[in-house]
Amino acid sequence: MSSAVLVAVAQIAVLVAVLAAVHAPLGAYMARVYSSPKHLRAERLWYRVVRVDPDAEQRWTTYLMSLLGFALVSVLFLYGMLRLQDHLPWSLGFTGFDPAGAWNTAVSFTTNTNWQWYSGEAAAGHLVQMAGLAVQNFVSASVGMAVAIALVRGFARSGTDARIGNFWSDLTRGVTRILLPLSLVAAILLMVGGVIQNLDPHTAITTVEGATQQSLGGPVASQEAIKELGTNGGGFFNANSGHPLENPTPFTNLVEIFLILLIPFTLPRTFGILVGDKRQGWAILGVMAGLFAASLALTTWAEMAGPGAAPQAAGAAMEGKETRFGPAGSALFAVATTATSTGAVNASHDSLTAPGGGLVLFNMLLGEIAPGGVGAGLYGMLVLAVVAVFIAGLMVGRTPEYLGKKIGRPEMTLVALYVLTVPALVLVGTAIAVVVEPGLVGIQEAGPHGLSEVLYAYASAANNNGSAFGGLTSGTPFYEVTQGIAMLAGRFVPIALVLALAGRLASQTAVPATSGTLPTHRPLFAGLLATVAIIVVGLTFIPVLSLGPVVESLS
Amino acid sequence: MASTTVASDLATLTRHSLAGLRMLLVFTLLLGLAYPLAATAVGQVAFPWQANGSLVRADGSHTTDRSEAVGSALVAQGFEGAQYFHPRPSVAGDGYDTLASAGSNLGPLNPDLVATIEERKAAVAELEGVDPADVPADAVTASGSGLDPQISPEYAAIQVARVARERGLPVAEVKALVAEHTAGRDLGVLGEPRVNVLELNLALDDAH
Repeated sequence: MSSAVLVAVAQIAVLVAVLAAVHAPLGAYMARVYSSPKHLRAERLWYRVVRVDPDAEQRWTTYLMSLLGFALVSVLFLYGMLRLQDHLPWSLGFTGFDPAGAWNTAVSFTTNTNWQWYSGEAAAGHLVQMAGLAVQNFVSASVGMAVAIALVRGFARSGTDARIGNFWSDLTRGVTRILLPLSLVAAILLMVGGVIQNLDPHTAITTVEGATQQSLGGPVASQEAIKELGTNGGGFFNANSGHPLENPTPFTNLVEIFLILLIPFTLPRTFGILVGDKRQGWAILGVMAGLFAASLALTTWAEMAGPGAAPQAAGAAMEGKETRFGPAGSALFAVATTATSTGAVNASHDSLTAPGGGLVLFNMLLGEIAPGGVGAGLYGMLVLAVVAVFIAGLMVGRTPEYLGKKIGRPEMTLVALYVLTVPALVLVGTAIAVVVEPGLVGIQEAGPHGLSEVLYAYASAANNNGSAFGGLTSGTPFYEVTQGIAMLAGRFVPIALVLALAGRLASQTAVPATSGTLPTHRPLFAGLLATVAIIVVGLTFIPVLSLGPVVESLS
Repeated sequence: MASTTVASDLATLTRHSLAGLRMLLVFTLLLGLAYPLAATAVGQVAFPWQANGSLVRADGSHTTDRSEAVGSALVAQGFEGAQYFHPRPSVAGDGYDTLASAGSNLGPLNPDLVATIEERKAAVAELEGVDPADVPADAVTASGSGLDPQISPEYAAIQVARVARERGLPVAEVKALVAEHTAGRDLGVLGEPRVNVLELNLALDDAH
């Protein structure tokens, strides 16, 4: 291996080492957070102020109502804040967002997507960033974790009359006990590396050669921390984590990638503990890690090799990349951000090599399960695990079971709907955009890359990722509205189905494992699960991938 | 029957939405104000230089006062003078515009991008008097932010002869300054080696 490859591998090894070091303790801590009957004193006061009962065990329908009610007011509140920005303090003189744009951004941040049609430094003031967007970074992440935990409770509990926990308590604890303390530590680390944290406006300074350049201000480090930790991805500035004031050094780059992967890769441990069998968590983690490693190896190879006319002309795939990260550091970030629901970017994804761009697109189409967004990755993977035991059950002619719960027709109906929802949004959205005029005018590149831009946009929206092939002009009413619908349906339809599944599972009485039960903690099952994940996506998306990234890679 | 169910569902959703609104307001105070203000306080007290944008004066010294600063050590600015090291090409606005951070977003097979790269390569080769094949990739590609403050050691190396000539300095002295402003990989393996253009140019001005 060349020395460049060795260094790239060593960089990944550092990341794996820190993730491995915190895996067991953080996983156990999160299990305690979501299962402890005790409230902190501050939390009891909190619940009194907002007048909710944190101890009421909710049926899945009530849990869903609380979640949807919270999401509804979140969208409306953020919409109002964006529209009225010019009347708020710290607006930096920016105007309010127009209706379509405000709708898109309000939905985008509430659904943990963080698709951005605007440039932060030219459109969003400090109050909107801190008290509007960053608040949703926290709570939308906590909602995702709550849903995952509710599904895990469905497996872990027995005969509970569809009761799967309390949404308000899960939401609050996810924020106050997990996301907020970790964000504070991360924000300080990022500041040490050079990420700015102030409340100053953008003002002009005179450069060495006498030109004028705006010196930027803003509470960036605090927002950057939760942007990555909550797998949100909405940049304070347009260039996102490629911006030197958001991600100044290779060290901060590693911190940010670590934050992105921290909770998604740790939740399988929490899952294993809560279902009383850590080996089940290892199996899920193994599948996530295996798929992630394969994607990372291929993407790193593509970016370091630099195939394609432009990288070949330049000598390396450096268009859209920062010197300090290079092809390897950019590939690592690109895979982490698309294999989760983050969507932050430290390089222009539109300018990735054809195979590299195809692979990050594939990560999203896979449903962001390896390891996926905070919470969303775990529940997505558990749904596919149900599909895997069902297929295994069909092969041997037994009623399928997973973790002691029978997978019957009602459960499979919910799972099938879950698996179909997001692909339908992606394919229908893409199909509409490439035949109607308002969709076509947004496309920058001719030929297959143009199709990739549109496919990427709807894959990103429906999977709540938020990254983009930036060449697409998405700041038009057509894209703002249709992307908003894709984000909303791509977030809440799957959540409703998962909670319904959790309710059904929690009502069942667990059946004891027998000699005929398929063991779901062995490599055999992990292999089956990974295969199911790839086949489901493959069959759904091969035609459109062939017309986009595959043609490009071959040309 | 169906209409009463819908009505009661709506009533339920309204009740939960009101609880959600109270929750959101308290969250906004905690996460939207208390948290970023606490982080700002920590930054301003413990790391004031970084928290205020890593600003530098003309003599290369650090400052937190924008009125004394000629730039940020972390943000690229345009250098066109022959006596200076040049940064990477920028497509942020008209170039190095911090209110319009962006890359070209041009795809890997885009013919316009290929043509632009060839033009830049020819221009750099002519300016530095080197073979086009020796022009490194970062010299002919725009970064994703358009504000990349650094260049590769290879790009710095081909600029040394020109800068030394323009300033009447020995090549060895310029090379030594480049080496001084070259950062290796963080922890030996993270990221790439790089040369900070603004700090290097300020050091040149200061030395001469």
